[in-house]
Amino acid sequence: MTNKKDKVFGTGSIVLLVLIGLALIVALIRYFFGLGAISNLSDAYPWGIWISFDLLCGVALAAGAFVTAAAVHIFGGETMKPLLRPAILTGFLGYILVVLALLVDLGQYYRIWHLTIYWNLHSPLFEVGWCVMLYLTVLALEFAPMALERYKLQAPLKILKRISIVLIIAGIVLSTMHQSSLGTMFLIMPEKLHPLWHTPILPVLFLTSAIAVGIAMVIFESTISMRVFKREPETVAQGKLAIGLPWVLAIYFIMKIADLAVQGDLGLIFEGSTASYLFILEMIIGVIIPFFIFLSKGVRQSTKAMFNGSIFVIAGLVLNRFNVSLFGIKAPATASYFPHLMEIMITVGIVSAGIMAYYLIARYFPVFSEEH
Amino acid sequence: MKNVSFLIDVTKCIGCRSCQVACKQWNQLAGEKTVNTGTHQNPPILSAKTWTLIKFDEFEKEEGVNWFFTKIGCMHCEHPGCVSVCPVGALEKTETGAVIYHDDKCIGCRYCMMGCPFRIPTFEWDKALPYIRKCTFCYDRLSEGEMPACAKACPTGAITFGDRDELIQEGKKRIESKPEKYNPHLYGEKEVGGTSVLYVAPKDADFASLGFPVLGERALPTWTHNALKFVPGQIVVVGALMSAFYWLTKRKMKNKAEPEEVKHDE
Ligand code: SF4
Ligand code: SF4
Repeated sequence: MTNKKDKVFGTGSIVLLVLIGLALIVALIRYFFGLGAISNLSDAYPWGIWISFDLLCGVALAAGAFVTAAAVHIFGGETMKPLLRPAILTGFLGYILVVLALLVDLGQYYRIWHLTIYWNLHSPLFEVGWCVMLYLTVLALEFAPMALERYKLQAPLKILKRISIVLIIAGIVLSTMHQSSLGTMFLIMPEKLHPLWHTPILPVLFLTSAIAVGIAMVIFESTISMRVFKREPETVAQGKLAIGLPWVLAIYFIMKIADLAVQGDLGLIFEGSTASYLFILEMIIGVIIPFFIFLSKGVRQSTKAMFNGSIFVIAGLVLNRFNVSLFGIKAPATASYFPHLMEIMITVGIVSAGIMAYYLIARYFPVFSEEH
Repeated sequence: MKNVSFLIDVTKCIGCRSCQVACKQWNQLAGEKTVNTGTHQNPPILSAKTWTLIKFDEFEKEEGVNWFFTKIGCMHCEHPGCVSVCPVGALEKTETGAVIYHDDKCIGCRYCMMGCPFRIPTFEWDKALPYIRKCTFCYDRLSEGEMPACAKACPTGAITFGDRDELIQEGKKRIESKPEKYNPHLYGEKEVGGTSVLYVAPKDADFASLGFPVLGERALPTWTHNALKFVPGQIVVVGALMSAFYWLTKRKMKNKAEPEEVKHDE
């Protein structure tokens, strides 16, 4: 367990709290004066950094929860069990942060629940919204044992244990649904989104890259928490989880290139435009380099090497989601967009809140150890 | 009339902006501060306060310049992207053909703005509780049997109001009867599956240079529908596969455990 002599609120925590406070102030400005007052969003750029980062990257980066749950409980990877609870916590917090960001971004934020009464089954966003709502519930129930154990509430724990496999399978189904549907959202703009990214298989690509980054995030997050909480590294578990990673990346690479070939768009990769450079960068950083890194057995025996490799996957995914939702989308020639400082402050504040919450929960709840 | 429609004849527009003013008046849209961008186009772009606008385009020709005026606004697509992507169904393609917006449903996600190939829906960026705004085809007037305010105000007949099928015929007739005057393309007949606002343009202006997006004939919602139709199957297949693997894993573990002494059942 954690060393009780450590200060709870060190310098790091104070910085986080300040960043959270600043974001709250910015949010207040938005609630009184509108989105125009705190953002550079416009009719030409209706979606900005909050959609690209907080929503698209946020959901993908939270994929570690369902990937690890599948690895441990469906495919019997008992050795990876120590990674599961932290992954669930990351996922749970990740989805809460997505919702928080939407509460700033949505024009009529207090109507977010309208999804439950007004249905448009043709909208990919409708499906995403429902899946996120349901999956958040699943994650809350998957997280609940940590809280229940802490307070020694045996009765509800027993119930949760009995239904746990149902929850896990439901979580996997819901995750594959909305991870892919986030890609479907961009299919509606064949003329706006650059052909290097617009493809009918975008949903499949989104799901595949989410699985890859889910693994990478678990490695990333567990390494950091080991350092912060001064625990033994879970190198064996991480290495086991990482075995699949190069193959997921390889499948992604083959699908992406094969698809471009089928569409006759391979030439676009080398057309020398900004889009083509962004695409090459995204593939090299996020797919090719980490493929070779994680292919090596030596890497999979070293937490440090895997941690470094995971950064590539994460960076590549972030670039990919920005490419699809922002950089790759044609806007009117006269318009431009760079996030306003206050837009960035919201995102930074939300991420800080996530880190802070993870820190506090991991400190006070049995996240790293499971009672038997 | 089954499907309301406009035929906008760019050759007939004199740039008087009566339609623009009539729209503001009928829909009680506030004025807005604008900037001089060096043309008569004012304000420069559509906004939540300006639902229709005359674009002013100047092109040099051998001698002098060509000056064209084009009314822009919602195209009231036959298969509107905006309607299909709105998660809460706040946008609706009515049986008249007009695409309208329901303030009371909207959550303000702005997906409609992304999903519109013509970048028509605009947002009230300056309001604490903003709504989407765009041309409604004067739905309120239509239901009273009146024609839209812009068409009524146009002094030159550049905006013809009528049934879509008839106006397609009318547009083609104009193009055929005066090939020396008209561009052969009837914009909106086929674009993204057809739009209710149709355009004919002068011969020496192509639609792209007038600022119209170059679009295919495929209705945009088919892109997303084609992907979403796999979702029910996805639920069944993923659910079944995961259950099957779980069962297999469990059996394997039991088999492994059996040869040793059976101490306790897991
Ligand atoms: S032009 Fe845009 S806003 Fe108008 S109906 Fe078509 S998709 Fe909707
Ligand atoms: S902004 Fe409103 S009308 Fe537009 S898609 Fe979102 S909920 Fe629908």
